[in-house]
Amino acid sequence: MNSGFIDIYRPIAILMIAAAGFALAPLAMAWLWSKKFSPRKPGPVKNATYECGLESKEYSSIPFRPEYYLYAIVFLIFDVEAIFLLPFAVAFSGLTLGAAIAMLIFLLLLVEGLVWTWRKGILTWV
Amino acid sequence: MDQKLKIDLSRQGIFTTTLEELYNWGRKSSVWPLTFGLACCAIEMIATTMARYDLARFGAEVFRPSPRQADLMIVAGTVTKKMAPQVVRLYNQMPEPKYVIAMGACAISGGPFKQGYNVLKGIDRYIPVDVHIPGCPPRPEALMDAFITLQKKIESQHLTGADRPRHLDRDAPSEFVVPQFGAHDLEPSKNPKLWHILPVTPKDQCTLGENGPGKN
Repeated sequence: MNSGFIDIYRPIAILMIAAAGFALAPLAMAWLWSKKFSPRKPGPVKNATYECGLESKEYSSIPFRPEYYLYAIVFLIFDVEAIFLLPFAVAFSGLTLGAAIAMLIFLLLLVEGLVWTWRKGILTWV
Repeated sequence: MDQKLKIDLSRQGIFTTTLEELYNWGRKSSVWPLTFGLACCAIEMIATTMARYDLARFGAEVFRPSPRQADLMIVAGTVTKKMAPQVVRLYNQMPEPKYVIAMGACAISGGPFKQGYNVLKGIDRYIPVDVHIPGCPPRPEALMDAFITLQKKIESQHLTGADRPRHLDRDAPSEFVVPQFGAHDLEPSKNPKLWHILPVTPKDQCTLGENGPGKN
């Protein structure tokens, strides 16, 4: 690395420092201004986390039942299945044997999933 | 600063100001209200911000959805006793300096529901109100008049001395008591440090006679 390299990039470095200073200086001034002049009157209600006027109660990290989550996943899978079934039904007469068997295997897998969820009791709501 | 000297200087084309004036000018020109409506007065408040009345002309178009960013609470509507603790808590959560406009008959006194069991008889029982607007509901012009009155109040405040604004007074309380639901009423039913019946003096009646609705 020779001195020519540094000479070329020095203006860019100076510009970058200037740009950073341009962005940081107002922030620093605002911070200093608030340190000196902002009227501080903290209190327990003012420092509360929740700011809708209502008091927050209990913990947010509570265990909750995931039934609806499984229900939603199952719904999503069968919804996507319906999208696949429509072109399958439209092109049914023109399909080759291989394509028909592949589609039937796909359906069989899904039916198997349905049987599993049914026996697991997920489809029964709480 | 001497007013006469200031006027003389301005005649010579020299503009002078004081830090106090500059500070108050900044405060009064950027009063951001809290997005907060309680009843039908809120509709008039919304109309005030829209193009026809345009509250933005006074630097107050930025309605903040969070009390942390708001300077002004416009209590627009009926304050039920169930809502009162929330109103006081929101006021407590606003940063200093903060102001309150009680808009409409309900907010200043309970209005037509004053005799009811469930309506607070004026929000000034719990929080310090700067400007009261009568009316049911007050027209947008009335809200703008209240806003200009508030701006004049901010403008005339001195930053030092006994009448300095609350936020510069170290002894002024940072928060006001939030009422709790009691067996029959809110407890306490009012903040005794704030709420007191103002005596009507003959002087007040005189000024009412001069500037009352009859003359204007």
